[in-house]
Amino acid sequence: MTQVIYDGTYEGWVTAVFEIYEYKLQDIVFAKNEASADLLFSTNHTVITDEVKVKRVLSGLQKRLSKNGFQGLYNAFLSETNKIEEIMFRYVAYVLSSTVNVEDDFSNNDVLELRKAIRLTGKESHRMEAFVRFQLTKDQLYYAIVEPDCNVLPLIENHFKSRYADQRWLIYDSKRKYGIYYDLKNVSTVALQFNTESNSSKFLAEIGDEGEELFQDLWRNYFKSVNIESRKNTKLHLQHMPKRYWKNLTEKIPDIKGRI
Amino acid sequence: MVHERVMEKLSILADAAKYDVSCSSSQSNRKNKDNGLGNAKGYGICHSYTEDGRCVSLLKILLTNHCIFDCAYCVSRKSNDVKRAAFTVQEVVDLTIGFYRRNYIEGLFLSSGIFDNPDYTMERLVRIAKKLRLEENFNGYIHLKAIPGASDELLQQAGMYADRLSVNVEMPTEKSLKLLAPDKNHIDVIKPMEYLKNEIVGHKEEKKLNYKAPIFAPAGQSTQMVIGATQENDMEILGMANYFYDQMNMRRVYYSGYVPISYDTRLPAIGTPVPVIRENRLYQADWLIRLYGFNVNEIVGFDQPNLDLDIDPKLGWALRNMNQFPVDVNTADLELIKRIPGIGFLSAKKIVAARKFKKLVPQDLQKLGIAYTRAKYFLAFATPFQLQKDLTSIQIKDHILNTQKSKYKNDFSNQLALF
Repeated sequence: MTQVIYDGTYEGWVTAVFEIYEYKLQDIVFAKNEASADLLFSTNHTVITDEVKVKRVLSGLQKRLSKNGFQGLYNAFLSETNKIEEIMFRYVAYVLSSTVNVEDDFSNNDVLELRKAIRLTGKESHRMEAFVRFQLTKDQLYYAIVEPDCNVLPLIENHFKSRYADQRWLIYDSKRKYGIYYDLKNVSTVALQFNTESNSSKFLAEIGDEGEELFQDLWRNYFKSVNIESRKNTKLHLQHMPKRYWKNLTEKIPDIKGRI
Repeated sequence: MVHERVMEKLSILADAAKYDVSCSSSQSNRKNKDNGLGNAKGYGICHSYTEDGRCVSLLKILLTNHCIFDCAYCVSRKSNDVKRAAFTVQEVVDLTIGFYRRNYIEGLFLSSGIFDNPDYTMERLVRIAKKLRLEENFNGYIHLKAIPGASDELLQQAGMYADRLSVNVEMPTEKSLKLLAPDKNHIDVIKPMEYLKNEIVGHKEEKKLNYKAPIFAPAGQSTQMVIGATQENDMEILGMANYFYDQMNMRRVYYSGYVPISYDTRLPAIGTPVPVIRENRLYQADWLIRLYGFNVNEIVGFDQPNLDLDIDPKLGWALRNMNQFPVDVNTADLELIKRIPGIGFLSAKKIVAARKFKKLVPQDLQKLGIAYTRAKYFLAFATPFQLQKDLTSIQIKDHILNTQKSKYKNDFSNQLALF
């Protein structure tokens, strides 16, 4: 068994694919940044991300996949689901060994699993387009904290850029400790330590814009007013808005007086 | 700037608007203009979900709940003893922008009680949309209610600023409308619909010739009817919907299960459960008509004027048409595969894509995520040929009902007591 250790980036993974062929590595397991201690009897192969190798693999794939299929591979990577690197590798091997486009071969397990991962990422990025809740600071920055299951910030960047073109905003992924920031011109990736208690009343009083608390209360008020009690359907509610998102959803956070 | 006193108005005017069912913000591709605020996505985004499970994508409010009409099914009816309120034009604009900038909503859905007269009300609705577009450079979604009786000039302007317009037909038949809303009639609703239809078509044609031509209600028009307040059967309801789709180019018809809000003896008593299952079946039938190529006569007819409540309308159709089955998914047309119970629109497309690679067997279908336990009664596979036991449609229905757990099983409304 060979443990292929890469830097955790997509390019790193693509380089790894190149080297697996180059060194004819067999029985692959991927590991991010450091070797897993669980695998006692494996040999390790460390990959250094290499642009030339990345280009060669990607152009090979581009020839054999549709535009969607090519983008899909990256989206599957962002899903961060269990064993996704291995599934992607087997899928890529199948793609490269075929003379026709196989991305619709749903009877193949790896094709199917890959599609599932793509769907998951797609669903999660759609949800993040919906569930981002901006709060306005005194210096007119709209910031939001999210904790998506999949690493979707790279995928939602353009959506927010073309929607909120006239306001500065920051979306911070508190799980992966990085954010995307728009300065009225460009979006850049920023790594910063963000106060995780940013929903507390103290935090809002210190940095929030004057009207911020009122708008949050208005939104909570609206959310309450549109509910029809006689149609209550908790199961459906939870299905659409799973609890794991609640702590960053204004309408699900008690009002200022109810917070710490 | 929005002030505290807006809070009370918001609870009154959001509460009164919640029975309007349209929440969709799709089918309009409005681009962000000149680095302004917002855009509209073709597929729409639901930003939140109420505790009853409905999606919240738009700030759905009434401009006012003052109303000169006295429609029995409406909370805002003149004779109802409720708190009244009215927003100013500026308040609606500020609320919309404040909510939109925080990514709470996709846009605005503005309806209104009729105060004074239709034109007076419509003029204010239009003014809000105009202000949002021209002064705030707002490119998000706007849905305006077209008030029956408003002048063509105002409807024309509404279409220039809004993405979608809707005139509510309220009741599926003239008879029940007359019963519950003596001041209204269907002609008053059909007239503005017709006008809007012609304008939408006309502007589309113009746009084809000149891409700079202005857009007019790019997301088309919709309407809604109240279900279960009066005695119509599903054939009358779907017949009306079909008329709107065919004759008015309606994008959507919404069905709103009546929520008892009145002690009026013409209406179901307070405490009567909302007919949620029937509403759901109507939506399913509606999808079959719009997306699955079904004709309304295949779903309901004089011999069967109501949809089954215990099974979905596609399964119902299949059981009445067993001569169409079994279908071989390896050779059949996409249109026919879409008609197999348990196989949805997307699964049908996947099947057609996947069968190019190999002959599909049942296990492949299961992996594709179709409802195989339901579909299997309607499937044939050339190789290996599976001899399907000759079950009658009643037997199949029994099998399916026994193996599935309906999400409504514990929640059946009073309508089932009829059976």
